Parts: sequence; structure tokens; C-alpha cells
Amino acid sequence: MSSPRVTFNNKLLPYLLVAPQLAITLVFFYWPASQAIYQSVLREDPFGLNSRFVGLANFQRLFEEPSYINSFKVTAVFSIATAVLALVVALLLAVMADRIVKGRGFYRTLMIWPYAVAPAIAGMLWLFMFNPTMGTFAYMLRSAGYNWDPLLNGNQAMVLVIAAAAWKQISYNFLFFVAGLQAIPKSLVEAAAIDGAGENRRFWTIQFPLIAPTTFFLLVINTVYAFFDTFGIIHAVTGGGPGKATETLVYKVYNDGFVNLMLGSSAAQSVVLMVIVIALTAIQFRYVERKVHYG
Amino acid sequence: MKISGIAAGLAAAITLLSSSAAFAVTEISWWHAMTGANNEVVETLAKQFNESQGDYKVVPVFKGTYPETLNAGIAAFRAKQPPAILQVFDVGTGVMMAAEGAVKPVADILSMGGAKFDKSQYLPGIVAYYSKPDGTMLSFPYNSSSPILYYNKDAFQKAGLDAANPPKTWPEVFEAARKIKSSGAAKCGLTSTWLTWIGLENFAAWNNLQYGTQENGLAGTDVELKFNSPMFVKHFQNFADLAKEGVFRYGGRTSEAKQLFLSGECAIMTESSGGLGDVIKSGMNYGLGQLPYYPDAPGAPQNTIPGGASLWVMGGHSDEEYKGVAAFFNFLSKTDIQQYLHEKSGYLPVTLAAYEATKKSGFYDKNPGREIPITQMMGKAPTENSKGVRLVNLPQVRDIENEEFEKMLNGEQSAQQALDNAVARGNKAIQEALGK
Repeated sequence: MSSPRVTFNNKLLPYLLVAPQLAITLVFFYWPASQAIYQSVLREDPFGLNSRFVGLANFQRLFEEPSYINSFKVTAVFSIATAVLALVVALLLAVMADRIVKGRGFYRTLMIWPYAVAPAIAGMLWLFMFNPTMGTFAYMLRSAGYNWDPLLNGNQAMVLVIAAAAWKQISYNFLFFVAGLQAIPKSLVEAAAIDGAGENRRFWTIQFPLIAPTTFFLLVINTVYAFFDTFGIIHAVTGGGPGKATETLVYKVYNDGFVNLMLGSSAAQSVVLMVIVIALTAIQFRYVERKVHYG
Repeated sequence: MKISGIAAGLAAAITLLSSSAAFAVTEISWWHAMTGANNEVVETLAKQFNESQGDYKVVPVFKGTYPETLNAGIAAFRAKQPPAILQVFDVGTGVMMAAEGAVKPVADILSMGGAKFDKSQYLPGIVAYYSKPDGTMLSFPYNSSSPILYYNKDAFQKAGLDAANPPKTWPEVFEAARKIKSSGAAKCGLTSTWLTWIGLENFAAWNNLQYGTQENGLAGTDVELKFNSPMFVKHFQNFADLAKEGVFRYGGRTSEAKQLFLSGECAIMTESSGGLGDVIKSGMNYGLGQLPYYPDAPGAPQNTIPGGASLWVMGGHSDEEYKGVAAFFNFLSKTDIQQYLHEKSGYLPVTLAAYEATKKSGFYDKNPGREIPITQMMGKAPTENSKGVRLVNLPQVRDIENEEFEKMLNGEQSAQQALDNAVARGNKAIQEALGK
């Protein structure tokens, strides 16, 4: 008591302070994750009346299923196209917004808006524009003689969901690119201009290499987004069809679990997805965190 | 989060209070998937029942779409808190039947209410679909519908077709559709909602063709699909050809194609009788006809099979609650209630008395075409092929069928390939679902 030092139980307090966070992680991550792993080795009817242990049979069946392999391919095409499209368009817009002198804030605000739209709503917006039975743009395309029918044409359906997913992500990328471009010292660009380098040359030799860490960071973020956050868009726009042309891994987990009521298979798929997330996160920490500097 | 927590707390407190204070009234929860006008019918029925007596109180709860309601019921059962009554769509019937420990046969429940249960007063086509192979009625048919033909009278006149007499057979329909397209009366001649339910399941029953073994699943669960026989192939190849010519347009897997008809783009459509409300509301000059059939199919037209939904009684409740459920179902079976439900919602009456009463009231004379779905279903005694289709995983099999149809309509495969693939993949999925 006489000591000026604050005396409390040093051993317990730190644990108490992190306890809420730990509790949340346990309840919302470890518990459901362990349930998924447990379910993935069972075969069960929807009501849970009969269940039996089947070991890794669910996984084995999964990788023998052509539609599962197909959804890997669909996911790869969809994710890469979405990420690349969102990055390229965002970079283009960021460079243009960076050059504007008047009304810069106004344009930037407008550019950021789509990010606030929920995936399912974004999907509905695109559906209203491009659905062949009721969409305005779909009607215009068909009137112009183009056979626009994403309900039957798998490639068109894929283009539609990619466009919707990329559109929503452009805002986020735009923000980072603008910040990255602003972090480049003006003197570098000006010196190059004095040496006679044109706009294109200045961009490719100075600005683009200097924002490379941002680009790489965004590439990983966008891939993760395309993998996991686009369920709402696909659900609203195509429902995984036509055929299985837009059925990504995440969509298949939902469809097999909640529509087809195959809980074991659905759980096994989410375990596979979990492994993929862990791998992607590891890559991000290993390579990205090290290289990105936020100016 | 916070608000829902408080609300849940309040609800729990109220439940505790009400169960301790007012033990005389037994609450019966009813989870359903009805929206719009049909939701109003649900609320009205519950209110009328609650006011008609003082022992039981039916509490209807809206749980989302049909699949969402089924999933909510399943999740609640797993958490040991199922509702007393769960509305399950036709496709989920096989799923519910496979869960013997989770449900109570409605035949047993109805006899608990004191009143004796007489199966013969219900429409046979509907009762057969919701009964076990031994004839025990398992669920209460609440809303049943049947697919019919809709056509745009203005487009028919423009194309020089007889607007008073819709085509009766598929070859006639295809001919009319081509004429509509070539004459420019409409951009597309023909569309259809629910290619699985109308084009396969009802097509099989209506033309007296086998969909699968075991009486299409009504006699047993180990079903082998058979819908790749020549008549099916011929029918779907016709659709594929029409799609290629631009005469047929695909709208989607469920009822999306209705938009194509309502917007005037397609002049003929096969759709559920339950979709009539939207057609009336649109104010278009429409006509109704029987579901088309193939004249070369022996015995066609046979009878159509019901769609829609039925009410299942879940296990795990007290006898007192079951008596309440019985009282409510007896109330729903009353002639005036059935007549109200039929005229308001467009669904079929489930008792013969209600059908007779509607007929006598002159409703069908004032609303021509409203009797078609009933006469279609009742016209002939059902055969092995026309009692219905029941599979333990029908939602999944329908998904497979839709995927193959979409590839076919896009010109990636022939009707033969599409149906062969659907049968092979469907059979595999059925065997897996049976745990083999």
C-alpha cells in the first residue's frame, strides 16, 4: 500500500483484457469451424435422425464429382477476371482523377459510392438492367439484334456476374490507388517531365513501379473478395446457372447444404474452402505485409 | 443485435407469463411461406379460427420462401423446438416423408380431434399425393395448384388464329406458336414456367408415361428414373428446335417466364393455376386452356398432379397441442372456408363438398377457366404414372434436370443427350441420398 507502484494481479489481468476477443473468436470462428470439420466426416439425413461416421468418404466423393472440379475452374476464371478487371479499371480511373485539377473531390466521392452497396443489392441492380425477361439494357441489346440471353448462354452469364462483381470492387481499389499515387513525391514526376518524358512514359517508368506494393496488396485482397464476398451477387444474378456455368465453390457450399440438403458434402466443401482461405492468408502475410509501405 | 436480444427476452417473458397464467389457451405455431394476398388469407383463417373457439390459438409465422421455410423447420427440429405446423412445398414432400421420426401423420392427428376422419371427402388426386403407399394421409393439403395453358387473345387474333379455341395438343400449340412468330403478332410464340414440374412431372402424368419406377416414388424410395423414353425425347427436342428458331423463349427455372407472357412478348405460356392472380391484375386480354398433350400418347390426357404445398404436423408436442391442430384442420376442411380459400387465392379446394358448393354458386360461370385445373386433376382415376412424383431429394434432381435443359436449349446438346444425362446424374444422386 505504501508502494507507489500500482499493484494488481499482473498474471490475470492481461488474460481478462483479451478474454472478450478470445470469446468472440472461439464462438464465431473455432466453434463453427470445428462443427464443419465434425460434420464433414458424417453422413446424415437433413433432420439429424440418422448419422454415421464415414471418415473421408465425403471428401473422396467430392473430388470424384465432375461438378466440383468444374466449380474450381469456374472459381478460377471468375476470380481472376474479376480481380484483373477491377484493378485495371480502378487504376485507370485513379490516374485520371489524379490529373484532374478542378472538382477532384467531387469525382472521388462519386467513385467511392458503389463500395457502400451490399453485394445482393449490387446483384439486383445488374439483374434489373440485364435480365433478358425484364432488363432495360437487355431489351436494347436484343433490339439491336444481339442475342443476349445469359439465362441460357453460360459465357454471357459469366460476363454479367464478373461485371457486377468488378463494378462493386472498383471503388475500393480506386481509393488505394489514389492514395498510392499521391504518396509519390511530386519532384520525381516533375524532374522526369523536365527531362522530356511524356505522360505515358512518366506513368510506366515512375508511377507504376512505385505503386507496385499497393497493386500487389490489392491483387490479394481482390482475389479473396472474388472468392468469398461475391456470393450475394451470384445468388441474385444467376443462382449458379445456366447449367453450372457460374457455380463457384462458395455458391456450391450453399446450394448443396441448403437446397440439396447434403450436409456432409457441404461441410466437406467448407473445410476445403477453409484450407484455401488459410493458404491465401499465409501468402498475404508472407509476401504482402513485408512489401507494402503506406507512404 | 441488442434490439433483437431485448425482443427475444420480452418474447420469452411473455411466453412464460402466458403459459403460467392462461393455461386454458393452447398456442399452436404455424410456420408458412405465403406472401402478398395469400399471406392475408393465412392471417384471416387463423383469426377466424381463434375467434370461433376459446381453447386454442393458432399463431401464423412467415418464414420466407418455400425452401427457407423448410430449412427453418429442419433447423428448429434439430434444436428440439419445432413448430406444431409446418408448411412444406410439394417438392419437399419426399424429404418430409423420409423423416418418419420427425413428423406425425395427419390421419392420426385428425382422428385425435374427436371428429372421425373420412378420407373420401377430400379430392382423391390431392390426397393420393400426400399419402403413404398404404394409404395413410401424411400431411394436410393446404394450397394445391395444377398447370394450365394461358394465351394472349390479342396476339391470337393478330396472327389469324381462333382466339375462342386455344390449341389442345402440343403439335397444335407448336403450329400456333410458329404462326404467331412468323406473322409478327408477337416476338415469341411460346414460353413455360417450371420446365421440371410442368414439362417433366406433369407431362408424364398427363400423357400417362412413366417418370420413374416405384410408381414415380409413391410406392417406395428406391426409384430409378425413366424419363428418357422416346415420347419425352420427342417433346423436348420439339422445345429445343423451337428455341433455335426463336419461337420458344426460356425464362428461368421457376416462374420467371411469367414476365415474358405478361409483357406481351410471348403469346402462349404453360404455368401454374396459382399464377392466375398476376395475369388478371395485368389487365391483359387472356384466355385459359387445358394443359396440352400428345394425341399419340395412349390414354392421354390422363390427369395432372398437384403442386403447391401442404401442412405437416411436427413431432415433439403435447397431446393437447395435437388436439388443437386437429381442430384447426377440421376448421380448414369446412366447406365455406375451403370455398373462400379457393376463390380468394386461386388454389384448388381440397374437399369435394367445397368444389360442389363453388360450382353451385355460379363462380365458374362468371370466371371461365377457373374450373380447368380441377377437372384436369379429377377427370380420370390416377394410374401408376399419374399419382405424383416423390423422391427423397427431388429439389436436387430438379436442379440437375434444369442444368441439362439449359444446356440443351442453348444448343450445346440434343434432347436425347440432355435427358440421358439427367437420368444418369439423377439416379446417382438418388442412390447417394439414400445413403448407398
